[in-house]
Amino acid sequence: MSDKCTDYRFDFVTHRKKYFILSAFLIVAGIISLCTMNLNLGIDFKSGTRIQVQIGKVFNEDDVKQTVEKIGLKPGSITTAGSKNDMAVLQFPEPLHKDQVAALTKAVQAAYGNHVDVQESMVNPMISRELARSALYSILIASVGIVIYTTIRFEFRFALSSIAALLHNVFLVITLFSLFQIEVDLPFIAAILTIVGYSIHDNIIIFDRIRDNLKRVKVKTVQDVEHVVNYSIGQTLARSINTVLTVLICSLALYIFGGESIRNFTLALIIGLTFGAYSSIFIASQIWVSWRGYDFKRKCM
Amino acid sequence: MIKWGKLGALCLIVLMVVILVVMTGTKIAKQTTLGLDLRGGFEILYEVSPLDAKQNVTKQLLSDTEKALDKRVNALGMAEPSIQVEGDNRIRVQLAGVTDQERARNLIGKPAHLTFRDMQGNVLMEGRDLAESGAQGVLDSQTQQAVVTLQFKDAKKFADVTQKYVGQPMAIFLDDQPITTAIIKEIIPNGLARIDGQEDIQKAKELAAILNAGVLPVKMKEVFSTSVGAKLGQEALQSGVKAGMIGTLLVFVFMMVYYRMPGVIACITLVAYIYLLILLQNLMGATLTLPGIAAFVLGIGMAVDANIIMYERMKEELYSGKSYLSALRAGSKRSLRTILDANVTSVIGALVLFYFGSSAIRGFAVTLILSIVVSLLTAVAGSRFLLSLAVRSNAFNKPVYYGARGRDQHE
Repeated sequence: MSDKCTDYRFDFVTHRKKYFILSAFLIVAGIISLCTMNLNLGIDFKSGTRIQVQIGKVFNEDDVKQTVEKIGLKPGSITTAGSKNDMAVLQFPEPLHKDQVAALTKAVQAAYGNHVDVQESMVNPMISRELARSALYSILIASVGIVIYTTIRFEFRFALSSIAALLHNVFLVITLFSLFQIEVDLPFIAAILTIVGYSIHDNIIIFDRIRDNLKRVKVKTVQDVEHVVNYSIGQTLARSINTVLTVLICSLALYIFGGESIRNFTLALIIGLTFGAYSSIFIASQIWVSWRGYDFKRKCM
Repeated sequence: MIKWGKLGALCLIVLMVVILVVMTGTKIAKQTTLGLDLRGGFEILYEVSPLDAKQNVTKQLLSDTEKALDKRVNALGMAEPSIQVEGDNRIRVQLAGVTDQERARNLIGKPAHLTFRDMQGNVLMEGRDLAESGAQGVLDSQTQQAVVTLQFKDAKKFADVTQKYVGQPMAIFLDDQPITTAIIKEIIPNGLARIDGQEDIQKAKELAAILNAGVLPVKMKEVFSTSVGAKLGQEALQSGVKAGMIGTLLVFVFMMVYYRMPGVIACITLVAYIYLLILLQNLMGATLTLPGIAAFVLGIGMAVDANIIMYERMKEELYSGKSYLSALRAGSKRSLRTILDANVTSVIGALVLFYFGSSAIRGFAVTLILSIVVSLLTAVAGSRFLLSLAVRSNAFNKPVYYGARGRDQHE
């Protein structure tokens, strides 16, 4: 193994400003999108009732609407879902009473046959606010816990660079969900927290290697630091790519074959894992290089 | 020279793992408790408030309500209810695999203000006068008729009522619905009464359950509910399992093509990982939910990652000119710390999820934590052991077996 850590094939470090600009651009786009379009919150966070009707064949949305309106219910929206377009999703802005749900089930079964199956979820506004709050707390507490652990095992600079990359990933997933107005439901939070765990996981493996290499080389200049990072990323690159590939294979399989109820969940995972792989190489490591380089220059002068 | 003993041991272990999984795998998989999203059923979160303003919702009241609900559900013969007190004033009821959801939901959700009234509608006694689970549906041992027996808390009060109304009918109301009427035949001094003339024992038990529920001095309001039809649940299970299998198979192919011999070992340890995880989930009595399947598949990704980290390290050591055995030693030693650090952070995330999450997310968190622990056992310890057997057997002494480029060695 080369001791100088100058033996690497790709230069990841030199163009770091470009990655920062790209990410900054995406973040600004996200802020604009969130301010103008907001998130398409599912009833998990908004309150109301969501009813999913498995009809079992292709249907007309207007027919379903009429069937439902006949019993005096006014759905806020009706959308078609399912891999065979055989599922109707009805959203009601207010929580329905269980008798109303029972009446609705009877009505659609009368219209489309007894094989029709209904899935229902109802959330009261008070509960949905609590859910959203506890989700936010979870992410903040998890971040703090991870910072503490990483600071103890590594150093503060690593910890903060990791958290910056992590928040970057989470924010970009939220951004894309806002831009494309994909519905945000409860499993979305599980997805976000998985992304948190995974992007940290990814960062730590590269940082671990940087720390390892720093022990072996005497860094005298900013260039030396950059070399070490380039060398370390190069060393772990095969692992980074292969790992994200295998996890993406699993998530894609879940997305394509896993059924309707986890589709948004897996979509969030796929986006988040991709950003996670990107950010551990192009954001977290680069923030660390810039920071370390800055401290280094200050000390030398 | 090939050491056949080591190679034989390796093959034997692999064979044993395969036989064990093939023989018992389906049986274990079938024993898994499925969550309501995978088998149909419903989950309701109730907010509990007292019937009259004088009362407060106390811990005691909540746990009484919980017990009473449990009895009510059991009396209805519904399997595996999960009833938990949450926070200061909430109770979560989960019922999986219920065929007649509407009936069950009506029965459970009934706030049940039970009253005993005379023909003019005057309230004589209330549900709270009934002893806790004082109503029972039984077969009369002499007449073989289904009856409901009642036990009142205050024998004297009941004696007074029966004395005053003897010979008259007394109606039992749940809220404002009359459920049944019984004629008071005689003065009852001991607080024990019975309602005759039930259709069958099933009906008698149901009535008793309603009466017992009426003992609860609380109102329950549904604040969150989710229900899944049985067919939809089954479909979700099938597609989830199918997706998991396809994903896992693709990962197997990738590992074997890219890492060759170690890749094959990774696949075997992955099979052991999946098997152990299902077994552990069963032993813990954990319920498998849809997010749980997702965590499961994600755990496969993490387990594969541990293998990848180790194999990549090993390749590097090979390139630096080490022998196969010392490359394995150095590779697994150096990769272990990295894997541990990375997994501890994931566990921190999962623990936070478990602590703050609602039930579905909790299932996800439990599966994630379990999968990380199991993957340390199989993908780190197991993989290392099998790989060392393979390396020591001297049967794989070419870089090509490790997916390494031969020309780079001893550079």
